[in-house]
Amino acid sequence: MELGDVKGRSPWEDAWHRLLKNRAAVTSAIIMGVMVVVVVLGPMLSPWEGDFTDWDHTFSPPSFATGHWFGTDAVGRDILVRTLEGGRISLLVGLVATLVSLAIGVTYGSVAGYYGGYTDRVMMRAVDIVYAMPFMFFVILLMVVFGRNIFLIFVAIGAINWLDMARIVRGQTLSLKNTEFVEAAQACGVQRRDIIVRHIVPNLLGVVIVYATLTIPQVILVESFLSFLGLGVQEPMSSWGALVNDGAQDLESAPWTLIFPALVLTVTLYCFNYIGDGLRDALDPKDRL
Amino acid sequence: MTGHAGILRHAIQRLLGVIPTLLVLVTIAFFLIRVAPGGPFDAEKALPAEIQANLNVKYHLDEPLVQQYLRYLGQILTFDFGPSFQYKDWTVNELIGEGFPVSLTVGGLAMLLAFVVGTVIGVTAALRQNTAVDYGSMGFAMLGISIPNFVIAPLLILLFAVFLGWLPAGGWDWSLNRMVLPVITLALPVIAYVARLTRGSMIEVLHSNFIRTARAKGLPERAVILQHALKPALLPVISFMGPATAGLITGSVIVERIYAIPGLGSYFVQGALNRDYTLVMGVVIFYGLLIILLNFTVDMLYAWLNPKIRYDEKR
Repeated sequence: MELGDVKGRSPWEDAWHRLLKNRAAVTSAIIMGVMVVVVVLGPMLSPWEGDFTDWDHTFSPPSFATGHWFGTDAVGRDILVRTLEGGRISLLVGLVATLVSLAIGVTYGSVAGYYGGYTDRVMMRAVDIVYAMPFMFFVILLMVVFGRNIFLIFVAIGAINWLDMARIVRGQTLSLKNTEFVEAAQACGVQRRDIIVRHIVPNLLGVVIVYATLTIPQVILVESFLSFLGLGVQEPMSSWGALVNDGAQDLESAPWTLIFPALVLTVTLYCFNYIGDGLRDALDPKDRL
Repeated sequence: MTGHAGILRHAIQRLLGVIPTLLVLVTIAFFLIRVAPGGPFDAEKALPAEIQANLNVKYHLDEPLVQQYLRYLGQILTFDFGPSFQYKDWTVNELIGEGFPVSLTVGGLAMLLAFVVGTVIGVTAALRQNTAVDYGSMGFAMLGISIPNFVIAPLLILLFAVFLGWLPAGGWDWSLNRMVLPVITLALPVIAYVARLTRGSMIEVLHSNFIRTARAKGLPERAVILQHALKPALLPVISFMGPATAGLITGSVIVERIYAIPGLGSYFVQGALNRDYTLVMGVVIFYGLLIILLNFTVDMLYAWLNPKIRYDEKR
């Protein structure tokens, strides 16, 4: 037996290879990588400022001659720069709100799952109760009562999305709880908190990554939804939802004000969904949809 | 018979579970409205103190908060959401009565369309798994999930109303013409989800033993699919009806705004922008109730249809 040269492959490596075979996911990841770079660096390279009003070119259609590649809006603001700047906000909201929901969801779910018994029942009952609420309306309500504030958007959206995460994490924790390595830790007298942090949570990573990737587009969508209704970010800040809203007003006379932000938003959501799907197939091959 | 008793007990348990949910819903709604700045009688010109005091007495605003809260609970029990702040001479109930039938029509039609079209696409894709048809329809489904409805709606208007001129761009007169675009807009994402769900579960069902048995005894493929595979494959779709309704209701807010439909969603947004707190509360509670009750109904339907689920034992 010559086992010396054979290198074992960890489950993570297996997953990585499965992911690389998924062309839709890889393409999406590349597109998103480019998108992030362009959104971050683009506005610095552009000759226009996002709030600069070019009165000589109001509602000018996309053209290279005027220097407004995506055209301009009613007051002559460059759509390309506005779309990029809006992208910064939209992607930032996607990232931060997802992290908020992850933090809450993972903590809540792993504690409920690991402690079990009465604690678990009470905690999950609370999740059931909150789950049945019309959340979008509560977010709208919060924005109305407390005013439009970007931090409130992060927290409010993050606070909607943790419920699913908590349920998934709890389920996984329940199955991890009775594994040998956890029993070994218990036998060594490791405290419950440390077992959760060091032994349970790291093993949840796969599920958490998949779910987080699928949460990002949801969150971007919620923010766009709020901004579209005029309840999201405030001028002069912008987001894709706000831009689509502006564009929809001038739909007939200047369709480019709608089409470019809408296209970028859709491509982003499409890509994130494909990446999430690909990750799920790669990390959890038994549960495909 | 034990199965039925089990379902009945489960139904009662679930109904009891609805009560705390409703209570939390109403409580949050009540205290949020108290935190909100401004009151029902705020006007540009301040009212004389005596009139203000009289109004406060009439609307019980002078009572302690707890008493007001209990009174509000009682009010909700009789489905009385109070007067609107902004629409003078209208109660919130009347506004809901105006808007809800419109929303229900659009939403109901969208739901119907979504489940029929989504199921057909899903089953077709599953039967031709890993062919161009499958990839094509699933790519389309992903697009339906990814394009927000506030993007689809203006694009549809641009195409069908502005360029082609086939359909009106908006407005409402209960005619079918004006319903087409809003219903399609609302239905698209649900079609996409239903198609994906149906495909997934259909593929799973087609691999199960009872389908192999049905084929082995020589049933024609058509009978295998329609009589044996379809019903179990649709179970996940049934349980998706709850979330789908919630999604439709949320979506209707956008769709009604874009197509200028005088439904409940547009009242809600208008109320939110005008800070018409009682109206906003009323709609939130009304929708909350609707979603909770629908989830309950779907749950029961699911239990009734799925022979694997029996609520005799604790899961």
